[in-house]
Amino acid sequence: MKSATLAPPLDPGNIPPSPASPFREQWEIFKKNKSAIVSLYFLGLLLVVAVFGKGLTDWTQALDPQMVRLAEKFKPPLSTFSGAATPQADAPFMGIYLLGTDELGRDVFARMLQGTFVSLTVGFVAVGISISVGILLGGLAGYYGRVKLGFITVDTLIMRFVDIMLCFPVFFLILTVVALLPPSIYNIMIVIGLTSWMGTARFVRAEFLRLREQDFVHAARAQAIPEWRIIFIHMVPNAMAPVLVSAAIGVATAILTESALSFLGFGVQPPNATWGNILADGKSYIFDAPWLTFIPGFAIFFVVLAFNLCGEGLREAFNPKLRKQR
Amino acid sequence: MTAYILRNIWQKIILLVFVSIISHAIVHLAPGEPSLVDPSNPRMKAEDIARIRAAFHLDDPAHVQYYYWMRDLFTGELRSFKDGRPVMEKIGDRFFNSLTLFFVATLIVWCVAFPVGVRAALHRGGLYDKATTLVSYALISIPGFFLSYMAIIFVVKNFNVPVVGLQTFGLEEASFWFRSMDRLWHLTIPALMAAVAGTAVLSRYVRSQMLEVLSQDYMRTAYAKGLSDDVAVYRHGLRNALLPFITMFGLMLPDMIGGSVIFETIFAWPGIGRLGYEAILARDFPVILTLNFITAVLVLAGTLISDVLYAIADPRIKFQ
Repeated sequence: MKSATLAPPLDPGNIPPSPASPFREQWEIFKKNKSAIVSLYFLGLLLVVAVFGKGLTDWTQALDPQMVRLAEKFKPPLSTFSGAATPQADAPFMGIYLLGTDELGRDVFARMLQGTFVSLTVGFVAVGISISVGILLGGLAGYYGRVKLGFITVDTLIMRFVDIMLCFPVFFLILTVVALLPPSIYNIMIVIGLTSWMGTARFVRAEFLRLREQDFVHAARAQAIPEWRIIFIHMVPNAMAPVLVSAAIGVATAILTESALSFLGFGVQPPNATWGNILADGKSYIFDAPWLTFIPGFAIFFVVLAFNLCGEGLREAFNPKLRKQR
Repeated sequence: MTAYILRNIWQKIILLVFVSIISHAIVHLAPGEPSLVDPSNPRMKAEDIARIRAAFHLDDPAHVQYYYWMRDLFTGELRSFKDGRPVMEKIGDRFFNSLTLFFVATLIVWCVAFPVGVRAALHRGGLYDKATTLVSYALISIPGFFLSYMAIIFVVKNFNVPVVGLQTFGLEEASFWFRSMDRLWHLTIPALMAAVAGTAVLSRYVRSQMLEVLSQDYMRTAYAKGLSDDVAVYRHGLRNALLPFITMFGLMLPDMIGGSVIFETIFAWPGIGRLGYEAILARDFPVILTLNFITAVLVLAGTLISDVLYAIADPRIKFQ
């Protein structure tokens, strides 16, 4: 081999320290931001809780979120199971209502566990949809921007569509569609996803316009790599930084939107529990059973806060200009 | 500049046509219609439903319905499905209430966010900066309706003042002064709650904008020629940092309808957002569509106003 003979012999003591990969460098910056890293661990823990909670609430009777015990209603948090008028088989987990019971004597702890899974699913699926649509349309507008379709370019067509979508009052539109469609959790995820992709599309387009002229893309094109491969394997990973930031904040927004919809009565229908509808049901009893309002309220608050702080940490790690400023 | 504005308005009218077509399609193609709101009502017979459908042109093809909607909207003949009143009159009744709420909330946002943001930027990294950062993240993250409920409970328990609705029922005989105070009380809490998220977001923007300006060369020049801190910061710094916020004002205009649904519903405030909520519950298509249309007009008008204001305020900006 020619190259092997030409390469100078490497002196093991003389190798320059390999420059940190961009990912490592960004991770180091992210780690320095204490609130972001704490939020990340908190969200990881929450993910575990959500998955286990889903299993536990589905398969164990002690944590059945739909178990009605009318004799045990409005028990404050940490009160013990009395068992006077309720069969022993209906006892809650470890015989304690960790977070109290609601107006039907259902265990709020079990309901919150079930709600964790539902709320996180809504957040992640909605953001997944919005990011997919955003990357697809933004990528098309950025890569094929100059291609003419009849009398307008692809770029003009897609970006005008983005402008049109930005004219709609988002929450009002979501409310309209969710109210008209049959109530279902999937409809809510889809509607939230389809009304929030515009920001991602704009970011991806801007990144693609920059990347399109770079050498690695020219090189890929010169090797006759198929265009879809150039777009999705070569360019999209390089355009992910702003997308990840807006995704983290998007999950927070989606969780807030779902809880607001549930609050207005358009969200996930009973008997399924989400944080939003536990709060909405609990607000009627706010003076007698304040925990029914405060537990889900603070749960939403902390999770949304964690997603926002994570997003801010990511933004800082990805943006060298911002880093210098601090 | 006139040519730019005219061309801009022309483009926005085209956008508006597309917005109206899409919103009409969404509302009419989705299942559920006004005649189905109360399917269990025994007095609703098949012929009644047929009569309702005929009266509202619901049996015509979608594009004919769109034509009827547009024609009626611009001749002012558009009537609500629910009570047969003209839609523009219904919206007009509520408009002033929403405008008051929006105006007071915006005033609170701007009066609080600017001093907080500027101070945080001047003392970057200090205790004040860190505290305001944390508080603003907390305020962005808290669900608005949850905060509103806590506020209602707090105010009702501690001040014994009712906060729901436009005014206290049965005070029509009271003196003018008393009624005004009553209205002011009813306005304060909803406006504060509507202002919370905006204040948090805007103060962050002000801070980062101010930080950017403070690191500019002209600020170093201002200090170098011996200007006092106050003159340098407020006359040279703040005036430049303010420029982007002129655009924010235009962009916040559509929040008057879209952002107010939750707060107007919680506080029983008879504004446009609540009108929209009631219209959605009743499948009142003309009202829903018209509100969507008005919001789109506000969005487009807002961007136009902000462009023009920006050019007036900053001579470096030139129209092409």
